[in-house]
Amino acid sequence: MSQPKTIIEKIWDQHIVHEEEGKPNLLYIDLHLIHEVTSPQAFEGLRMKGRKVRRPERTYATMDHNVPTLHRNVIKDAVSKKQMETLKENCEEFGIRLADIHHPDQGIVHVIGPELGLTQPGKTIVCGDSHTSTHGAFGALAFGIGTSEVEHVLATQSLWQAKPKTLEVKVEGKLGTGVTAKDLILAIIGKFGVRFGTGHVIEYTGEAVRNLTMEERMTVCNMSIEAGARAGLISPDETTVEYLRGKRYVPEGEAFEETAAEWMSLASDPGATYDQTLTIHANEIEPQVTWGTNPSHCVPVGGKVPDPQVMSEEDDRDGVERAIEYMGLEANQDIESIPVEHVFIGSCTNSRLSDLKKAAEIVRGAKVHEGVRAIVVPGSQTVKKQAEAEGLDTIFLTAGFEWRDAGCSMCLAMNDDIVPPGERCASTSNRNFEGRQGNGARTHLVSPEMAAAAALEGRFVDVRKYASTVGG
Amino acid sequence: MEPLRKHTGLVFPLNRSNVDTDQIIPKQFLKRIERQGFGQFLFFNWRFHDDGTPREDFSLNDSKYDEASVLVGGENFGCGSSREHAPWAIQDYGFKVVIAPSFADIFYNNCFKNGILPIELPKSVTDQMIKEAEDHQYELTVDLENQVVRDDSREVSFDIQSYHKEMLLNGWDEIAVTLTYQEKIDQFEQKTS
Ligand code: SF4
Repeated sequence: MSQPKTIIEKIWDQHIVHEEEGKPNLLYIDLHLIHEVTSPQAFEGLRMKGRKVRRPERTYATMDHNVPTLHRNVIKDAVSKKQMETLKENCEEFGIRLADIHHPDQGIVHVIGPELGLTQPGKTIVCGDSHTSTHGAFGALAFGIGTSEVEHVLATQSLWQAKPKTLEVKVEGKLGTGVTAKDLILAIIGKFGVRFGTGHVIEYTGEAVRNLTMEERMTVCNMSIEAGARAGLISPDETTVEYLRGKRYVPEGEAFEETAAEWMSLASDPGATYDQTLTIHANEIEPQVTWGTNPSHCVPVGGKVPDPQVMSEEDDRDGVERAIEYMGLEANQDIESIPVEHVFIGSCTNSRLSDLKKAAEIVRGAKVHEGVRAIVVPGSQTVKKQAEAEGLDTIFLTAGFEWRDAGCSMCLAMNDDIVPPGERCASTSNRNFEGRQGNGARTHLVSPEMAAAAALEGRFVDVRKYASTVGG
Repeated sequence: MEPLRKHTGLVFPLNRSNVDTDQIIPKQFLKRIERQGFGQFLFFNWRFHDDGTPREDFSLNDSKYDEASVLVGGENFGCGSSREHAPWAIQDYGFKVVIAPSFADIFYNNCFKNGILPIELPKSVTDQMIKEAEDHQYELTVDLENQVVRDDSREVSFDIQSYHKEMLLNGWDEIAVTLTYQEKIDQFEQKTS
């Protein structure tokens, strides 16, 4: 029998176009997703050299990063408008499918790929966006690339890539009630730091990972890049297959069953070994809140802001001091004492239907706290429509939330959805970097449930005190 | 792309770890559709007050670093988004070499595509370089051919993949190189479709 292999090695080996001693492999790319911000210079590069797009049908474009989420018929920002128009012209010129701002399929690139069934197990998927790791939830090898590489993939449908090391993150046991996939990935990064994945592709395994829904798996894989990893993925299983059944771009009928069997065979073999394995126990994880300026700066909601005085150089004492200062907090301050002025439920981490449903459960019948601005930005127009069909918009609007159109929005504040300097936001996104949500803005990363609860109370609270989360 | 073989330049020290791409170039400047002109926005929020005046507490604004072309930073340099605008800004500002104890993967790769040489050196060495450059005008010579970095008193060698090295030494257009494998890509597609 052949050597047991991980899914990472299986996908890699299946995609090698060319290999040569002392060189990276030339890897075939199955699916290339593009958006308005990281593609214009790539198309310009093609034009300058008179090159074509090799496989336009393997390329799919949308507009998400800078689109307004309100009043979409008039785009006021001339530079954003130009960027969107440029994408449209480029897609027309090179024959690429585009879900533009008025298209019913429009949405955050990492939300619509899975939704349309473009994302499938075993595929190599790239996009000029670091959170491409999201698609790894399906057992695809998906990673972010720069604009030069976007141009390279457009021209050649391939990329030179050094074979990554493999890293297993094993999550044993079960997550507690009210503890979400977001808390899981934050706790992993909190425990192992923002660099543990560098040079590696992570495979998440273990009981708690198997029990996650597809949408929850996407939340986990999404933040692999926040651990420094090139990609993060989860071996396909029945959950994966059932999610994909009936999606627009997957085969139908008998062909689907055959394809599904192939997908299942990609799962890591029993006994396969990794370059490294890390273990974490799910039952020890509590709802998390970040207090600082990178995602490893997180603690359980019942915890406190750390005290740099008791830290060593090794623990990045200077970095922690700077972060506390930037965030306008005090050492040893209770997390539950931190007031919030903005709440953002959205982003490719947490803007899918199940995220909005769980947040709505908390919000139902309550009111947003005085002085808090809370917005919900569905990940795609499809999610928006589904949510409206279930009446979620009414729940949010009645409570005093704003209900927007799909886009990246306040995750990176390239459009008008900005947190003003010095103000604080409970956000379901993935990055709490300085200035991420606006110059001087202070971001606290949390799950959708925790964000919803913060909106109602005007400060962070342990969502587990809400009866409706019990059992869910 | 311009080849890069040997470079001598003044060091700008940036003693911070986890410098992310949002810091290197904030998103409000990502809307341009050109590759050039991003240098003016490099480290924008650290360099300028809200009203656009330079901040005195950020040393890049210190005239002694005006001519700097080698950036020495901390661990995990360039983490965060995949935006190539980050290396574009670094290069456009005038940096040719970035030295750090560790880099984020995508940023590291993006550097090579733009003729910037990223060099990983042990933290003890970069700490020393940062200290020197904070104290006085400090120059480094980087010799890619021989894979060494040297100052007046010593020399350290560094690792680099031969593929990356050749790309910079020759200033290759990577797409042109790949297109010489077109037949293999055709074969791959025939085999798998
Ligand atoms: S939602 Fe945020 S993290 Fe996700 S693709 Fe958009 S900007 Fe990037």
